[in-house]
This record gives sequence, C-alpha cells and structure tokens, in this order.
Amino acid sequence: MSINREVVEHVAKLAKLAISEEEAEQFTNEIAGILAYAEKLNALDTTGVDPLISPVPMQAVLRDDIVEENLSQQEALAAAPEVQDGMFKVPRIIEEE
Amino acid sequence: MDYEVVIGLEVHVELKTKAKIFCSCSTAFGGEPNSHVCPFCLGLPGALPVLNKKAVELATRAALALGCTVHKTSTFHRKNYFYPDLPAAYQISQYDKPLATGGKITLSNGKTIGITRVHMEAEAGKSLHQGDDILAAEYSLEDFNRSGIGLIEIVSEPDIRSPEEAKEYLEQLKAILQYAEVSDCKMEEGSLRCDANISLRKRGSKELGTKTELKNLNSFRAVERALEYEVQRQSEVLKSGGEVVQETRTWDEARGITSPMRSKEEAEDYRYFPEPDLMPLELEEGWIEEIRSQLPELPRDRALRFQEEYGLNEYDSGLMVSTKEMADFYEATVKLFPEPKEVANWLMVEVQRLLRSSEQEIQESKLLPENLAQLLKLVKDGTISGSVAKTVLEESFATGEEPKKIVEAKGLSQISDEGQLREIVASVVEANPKSVADYKTGKGKALGFLVGQVMKQTRGMANPQLTNKILKEYLEQQ
Ligand SMILES: [Zn+2]
Repeated sequence: MSINREVVEHVAKLAKLAISEEEAEQFTNEIAGILAYAEKLNALDTTGVDPLISPVPMQAVLRDDIVEENLSQQEALAAAPEVQDGMFKVPRIIEEE
Repeated sequence: MDYEVVIGLEVHVELKTKAKIFCSCSTAFGGEPNSHVCPFCLGLPGALPVLNKKAVELATRAALALGCTVHKTSTFHRKNYFYPDLPAAYQISQYDKPLATGGKITLSNGKTIGITRVHMEAEAGKSLHQGDDILAAEYSLEDFNRSGIGLIEIVSEPDIRSPEEAKEYLEQLKAILQYAEVSDCKMEEGSLRCDANISLRKRGSKELGTKTELKNLNSFRAVERALEYEVQRQSEVLKSGGEVVQETRTWDEARGITSPMRSKEEAEDYRYFPEPDLMPLELEEGWIEEIRSQLPELPRDRALRFQEEYGLNEYDSGLMVSTKEMADFYEATVKLFPEPKEVANWLMVEVQRLLRSSEQEIQESKLLPENLAQLLKLVKDGTISGSVAKTVLEESFATGEEPKKIVEAKGLSQISDEGQLREIVASVVEANPKSVADYKTGKGKALGFLVGQVMKQTRGMANPQLTNKILKEYLEQQ
C-alpha cells in the first residue's frame, strides 16, 4: 500500500488527532518506511495459509450468564469532567454548519 | 418508465441474556442511569472482554431458526468510530468471519427472502439530547446501562420488492425470534431496530440502482411508510432525468417524509481490524446440533399445522400464529372447546378488538383459555345468546372472572323456558295489534319487529330461535 500526505491527514482526522504541517510530512516519511519494511512479507507465497490470529493456538473462553455487582453510579461518574442527572454530560454532538 | 423496487433490511436485535455480552453487568431495561456499568462497558483502559456463553447460544439459536449455516469458527473485529455513546471509540463486532450465513424467510405468498448473514456485536450506550433534537441540542447526556448488551445483526439479501413485503419480512422475523426466545423484540424499548436500504432500477435490469439508507424507523408501520415515500421520491427523481444521491436519510414520522442526514466525511470508514482481546470463537458440531434439536416449532410450520389439523385457512392460521402466546392460547382453548374455527373467529374478532382497545397483548390480559372455552360452551348449549356472550367476554377479559359466574351474578341466562316465553309473546302481540295485522297481510318485516319487542322486554335474554318459533305459531293461531 502506498502512503502519501493525504492518507496521513485522513487517518489523523479519523483518529481525531491534530497534527501540524511538519508532523504530517514527518509521519508520511516514517509510515512509508514502516510499511515498506512490512511489504517484504509479500514476497512469501501464503496461498492456502490461514491467517494466524495468535501465535499460540487458543480459542475464546466463555463466561456463564451471571450478573455480578459492578460499579455504583457514583463510582462510574467519578472521573467525568461534567455530570448531570446521573449521566455523563458531553458537548454538542453535531457541529452547526 | 417502469421501475422495480429493490429493498434490503438490516435488523438489530438485543439478545435476552441476564448479563451483557462481554462483561457481567445486568441487561435490565430502565434502572438508574449508569448503574449497570463496569470498567469494560465504560471503555476504561485495561478492561478486557470475556464472551458470554448464553449470548453465543441465543445468537446460534436465532441463526438456526432462520435457516442459516452456523460456522464452526468465527472471529471478532473492532469497528472504529467516534461517537459519545461508544465509550471505547470502537464497537466489537464480527466482520469477515461472521457467526452464520445463508438463511431465508418464507413470505405467505411462498416467496423466499435470503438472509445474508447473522453476526454478534455489542450495543452502544444511550444519548439523551438536551433540546428538540440532536441538531438543536447544546449538549447531550450519556447513559451506559445499555452499553455492551449483546446484539445480533441480521442482514437480508436485496430480495424484497415492495414496502409491503418488507413489513411482512419483519413481522415473520420478529415472530421467529420470539418463538425461539432469542429476544423480546420490543421496538418501543429499542430491543429490535431496523434500517432499510432501497433503490430503484429499470424493470428487467440486473444492475442495482443507487441506494439510500433509511434510519429512525421506529415501528413496522414506519418502515413501510418510509419505504413507500422513498419509492415515490426516487421514481420522481429518475423520471425527471435526475440521479439518486447515495446517502443516509432519516424518517420524520410527524411529517411523513425522509430527509438527508448531515453526512460526515469519515462516514463508512470504520477501519475494521481483528479484536486482539478475543480469540476465535470455536463451536463444537455437537453443541450446534444440540441447540438445533431444542428449537421450538417455528411460526410458519405451526401455521401449516393449524391449516391441516384445525382446517383454518392461510389468513386465519397466519393470525393465530402471529405470536407464540396467541398460538398457545388458541391451542389451549381448542383443547377445551374442540371447534377450532369458532375459537379462531372469537379470537380474531372479539378478543382482538378488546386487545386493541386496551393496548394489550394476549398474555398481558386477564383472559384465560379455560374462560374463553367456557364462554363458547355457554353459547353452544343455549345458556346465553351470542350478543350476551360479547358482554360476558368483556367482563371476563377485564376481571379474569369465570363466564358462568358472571352469567349467574348478572342474571344473563337466556330465557329458554317455553311457558315463560309464551307469556311474553302473548303480551307483546296484544300490545301491537297493527303489527299483527301487517303480518297477516304478508308484510315480512312485522315478524322482525315483534321479535325485537320480545327482546326489548327481556333485555335481550330471550332465546332467539325459540322466540321466532313461538311467535310464528302464536300469530298463525290468531
Ligand atoms: Zn459492564
């Protein structure tokens, strides 16, 4: 996959990261280098090889359907910057145009 | 230009587990906000998911009930996006290896609608916008009690060809999931939600037209109306030589229109990647077969059996199996009063009317199968007339009281005593000489009038057949 400045800026936006012009330039170069390195894996023929999900063969562990005591409302909200009526108060969701 | 309508539906259903899908918080509806939460479903760093076995079982049961192939191995992915009701900024979902694929639902006209896939995922929290709507809201409040409840998403093939078919597909889907006891499927509580994709294409064309996605569909009726509106809107756009814009549109119930939602640039770029905290889900063949063997008789099979066993027609049998509770109620009543068509008629007309006016489901009402059966026996043996039976039904429906006791307490027994009826007939005839004369000159209406007078005197309690017979005899003798 080829990386360019536009892709870097798009990904930064998706991740809600504010990056400067210089950083965009710097990250474009750095990510391009990392991806080029990873591209080497494409030299291998992986036809018929399943993706390796974990280096050790493991499968999902299941829990029983039992309700346990968890956080109180007070504990849940303890770290919230703003609270109202037992809920997390968050800024306007859709910006006005 | 003749257009063909192409519709696909995505339905989200909350799984009826006690605990959430990846943590042990309660799934109970309501409750103090943010009181069923833990570090995991609040998206706090370091908290890890552990899959709920019951959620897997219910999802598997749903998939099997829908005729899907359940895969031995399925995997989880993270779907990444920012929204205040998604505390970790990703939703755990299934992507390229879903739980199940390739099912179908058969409509009453025999047509089958394909089901592309059934996959598991986690529910988001709930936003309360402080204002008229999300656009007007200066801020919003977040409750994470719902965050992390297990969901299945059921994606249909674009096989649906009309808004009516879409509605029937949903009704059948809901019935199947309720029969399989996978979910409550309460749209009003949000435990069943539906988004619709719709496009038009020239009839005969194989290529799909540009689709729009409809959201905010809060009832099956809303799904049907929104789709009808969109068929109209898109065909007008196409007829005037325009192009349909691919976008998400929201249904405005009050105004009866769809309008475009503000598009977000990053929309549809979810950067799915494998969930590193969950290993692949491996299901044993034996377990899948065990779940399959426990599936109850599903609505369509039950409807076919009702047609065969009870002689109901397609339409009536469809109504009788519309919910499991109604079908159970019907069969329990028929067992006690083995006249299946009569029982179906009473349930479809009178009981249905009472359910509608009290906004109840059959299982919420106080009416019992043994009481309906007893009522129908009272009508059959002539103790009460059909019209009195309706009054008794209303009372039994409201109070749960036995029809026999209601009839006794209110003196509603039909007068079937010939001697007593003769006396009443005599007095009525005496009081209405003109009608008697009319009857003699062959005016047929006169008999009806006199029967009416007998009914009036007996407050509707006179046995109508007997009254007719006695009255005719009496008049002939005059
Ligand atoms: Zn939790």
